[in-house]
Amino acid sequence: MRSAIPAAPRVGTAQILFGLSVAILVIVVAVPVLLIFFNAFWVNGAFNIVDVVKVLSQPETYQALLNSLILASGVTVTGTIVGTFFAWLVTRTDLPFKGTMKVLFLVPFMLPSFIGALAWKMLLSPRSGYINRMFMEVFGFDGPVFDIYTYVGIILVETMYLFPFVFIQVSGALERMDPTLEESARISGADLFTITRKITIPLVMPSILSGSLLIMLYSMAHFGTVAVLGIEVGIYNIPTLIYEKIHQSAGSFASIRTGTVLASVLVVTAAFILWLQNRVLSRGRYQIIAGKSFRPTQLKLRGLRIPMLVFCIAYIGFTIVLPTVTIFMVGALKTYGLPFTAENMTLFNYKFILFDWQLTRDAIWNSISLGFVAAAITMFAGVIISYVIVKMKVRGKGILEFLGMLPFSVPGSVIALGVILAWSGKFGINIYNTVWIILVAYIARYMAFSLKANSAALEQVHDSLVEAARASGATMWQALRDIVVPLVRPGMLAAFFLIFLPALRELTVSVLLYGPTTRTIGVAIYTLNEDGETVYSAALAGIALIIIVFGESVIKRLFKIRYK
Amino acid sequence: MADVCVAGLKKQYSDKVILSDFDLTVADGECFTLLGPSGCGKTVLLRLIAGFETPDAGTIAIGGVQVADAAKGTTVPPNERGLGMVFQDYAVWPHMNVLDNVSYPLKLAKVAADEMKSRAMGAVAMVGLKGLEARLPSELSGGQQQRVALARALVSEPRLLLLDEPLNNLDANLREEMRFEIKALQKELGVTVFYVTHDQEIALGISDRVAVMDGTGRLRQIGSPEEIYERPADAFVFSFLGLANFLSVTKVGDQWRVGAKGVPWSGALPDRDGEQFSAGFRPSDVIVSRQGDGLAGVVRRASFLGADMDYLIDIAGTEIRAALPSFDCLEKDLMFAEGDSCRVTLSDVHWFPVADGEGVQ
Repeated sequence: MRSAIPAAPRVGTAQILFGLSVAILVIVVAVPVLLIFFNAFWVNGAFNIVDVVKVLSQPETYQALLNSLILASGVTVTGTIVGTFFAWLVTRTDLPFKGTMKVLFLVPFMLPSFIGALAWKMLLSPRSGYINRMFMEVFGFDGPVFDIYTYVGIILVETMYLFPFVFIQVSGALERMDPTLEESARISGADLFTITRKITIPLVMPSILSGSLLIMLYSMAHFGTVAVLGIEVGIYNIPTLIYEKIHQSAGSFASIRTGTVLASVLVVTAAFILWLQNRVLSRGRYQIIAGKSFRPTQLKLRGLRIPMLVFCIAYIGFTIVLPTVTIFMVGALKTYGLPFTAENMTLFNYKFILFDWQLTRDAIWNSISLGFVAAAITMFAGVIISYVIVKMKVRGKGILEFLGMLPFSVPGSVIALGVILAWSGKFGINIYNTVWIILVAYIARYMAFSLKANSAALEQVHDSLVEAARASGATMWQALRDIVVPLVRPGMLAAFFLIFLPALRELTVSVLLYGPTTRTIGVAIYTLNEDGETVYSAALAGIALIIIVFGESVIKRLFKIRYK
Repeated sequence: MADVCVAGLKKQYSDKVILSDFDLTVADGECFTLLGPSGCGKTVLLRLIAGFETPDAGTIAIGGVQVADAAKGTTVPPNERGLGMVFQDYAVWPHMNVLDNVSYPLKLAKVAADEMKSRAMGAVAMVGLKGLEARLPSELSGGQQQRVALARALVSEPRLLLLDEPLNNLDANLREEMRFEIKALQKELGVTVFYVTHDQEIALGISDRVAVMDGTGRLRQIGSPEEIYERPADAFVFSFLGLANFLSVTKVGDQWRVGAKGVPWSGALPDRDGEQFSAGFRPSDVIVSRQGDGLAGVVRRASFLGADMDYLIDIAGTEIRAALPSFDCLEKDLMFAEGDSCRVTLSDVHWFPVADGEGVQ
């Protein structure tokens, strides 16, 4: 009886969990985002669209919007071509060492793109870049061979780090595609070119589109590469302009407003892209792409086999090995700009930043502890919230789902801005310039990852397993502790590392929130570079790379053992 | 051990009423089966008794203690109802081995370690899984997993054992075997069993009493297996318990006639007053002969099924099924071919109000 008021209400565990979940998501996610919209559209207590248009039509903001669009479009096109080509190469041809190549093409995913941008700046900046100097000094060129401080330069560097989005989606689809579809076309008399055009490409098109929309989403909201390569020559996109506004003008009202308007544009665009991606995926989920792995027919490359292998190796060498080596080499130089000769090299920089310099030691400690705490909190909160979403019959849980997935369409710079608005004293709590504000922002940023991993794990736990525990005499909490948690532990662990590792190299959020003692590794690398401390910046980047690669491989091993 | 008393129960999901004004009493120590077609609300009733759902109206009492009272809004959570429960999909915890699965209820009840071990081992042995204590569920067959579930449900000596179609996912042989074992365990332990199923063979085979529920959540009949099989309350119960034939029989003047064409009825007459009835009978109650007394019919289809011959016979425009032992058919020259005419008499007829239907159901 709905209207009956419980005379002796038993402790409503469901209600407690639900309330807790809503509270976490509202405080951490919804409030900051709402504050952004509020600040963008409310002026002096009234809705004001004219002002928004005014802000958007300022040359500076207008140009940033345009740049975001140009850069994102460029990266999307090149990334899609590169990703699709390599995906096809490693799944549908007889390229040698395909397995290894597949792994290598995924490496850019774990490398922070702003470190890559840093390396390319060292190699290809017009005057001091090592490659440009080599061509000018050794081969007598008049000017630089390539200027990385350009739209093309930024697009190419971003492409190197974002193409795996398409690569993963497309190679997955090509691998799972039922080969009989192509074979039957072949029997019907179609040649390979026709099959590719009429059968293969239409079938993988949804995967290609969905991957390229992801590239677009990330590129649109991308901070690092543009900050390193664009700001110097005045190329701003939305996130870098938000950073510039907030950072340089010390939080004046006008700059915050510009920031919030830009952020709103970013949120709306991102939401639109995600919506589009969802539609593409749901429309294109053909039955024929089965979950099973088939053995697809392979194209014989014949004479092109070795040239293609060389091309792949060259690509990997150029885009992964070269920048990485550059970072470590520059990090070992006594002074930036010296040639790489034995007498100019030293390990002193590495020792200095690891053990002696307070600033970098703080940064490393901050990143590790922030990443760890954020991952732990988000993991546990994620389990509770996913449990409510997946398992409980509570009215209004649709709100939870919406709130939890919201951060997916809220780029890092927007979260940072929202967190500043919410936590810098306006509502009685001022944690600005402390490490806590970064923690809150990390939790908001990574909650969606945790929800995804935990929901997936919880879907596997059948309701009757919990009910069997309840019938055996377990309270809700005991059933959670003894049955649910052990069964979703792999998902929780996955969530933890899905958050911990990206948090280690985070730049976009922390660069807007850092204070004098709360630099993270990413911020330290970025600011050292800005301040002209290039060798220390490179050395710290090198150490970051070691930590990241070490972390990734530990996790890979961990999970391999688990699932054997 | 405990009785279960459900009174005035109502349950609905949004606008769909599953149960309304539902009363049922299960006696202490009884093996009670709720039999009904799928989607009739029998599982909802079981989940209400277990405490996984709360009633919208009415009360539920187990062993004289009220566990749910919609008017007062009180409900005792499942873990405090002293139950054992076996699920259709076993619900054996995959991360625990057999012994841990079975010990878990005792662990929650804070039974001392020694006693816990011996009782759990006893329960494992009782369901015939001795020697498999250390296995993980993934290393067991479906039948073995269901035995684990049964041991787990019984280990804490619950007052009431709830079984939700526990044998559905097992193959036919295993299902039969488990059916007898559940019955034997129930007798040995004297626990009250509330069993939910749509399989009439299981229901007849293990129950002290059976309640038949129709598709709309109403109870049609409660009684011993013999009672509901031999004296079905209505055509629904009759047809739910096995293949059933119905002929419409009408009184015209002084004469009883069959079907629209009005063929004269022969055989037993209705046992109560009325002008129009539906005569229900099983295929095995049909006696077929080549000549003599009885209803005139035409064989439409003859199938040899091994032990039985199965005939589809047209009587005055209504088709009925007849099952005759193949041996008798050979002996007495009763191997009909399609199109042969025959005479039909009935050894056992149930009379139902005419609205209940016609033909084979």
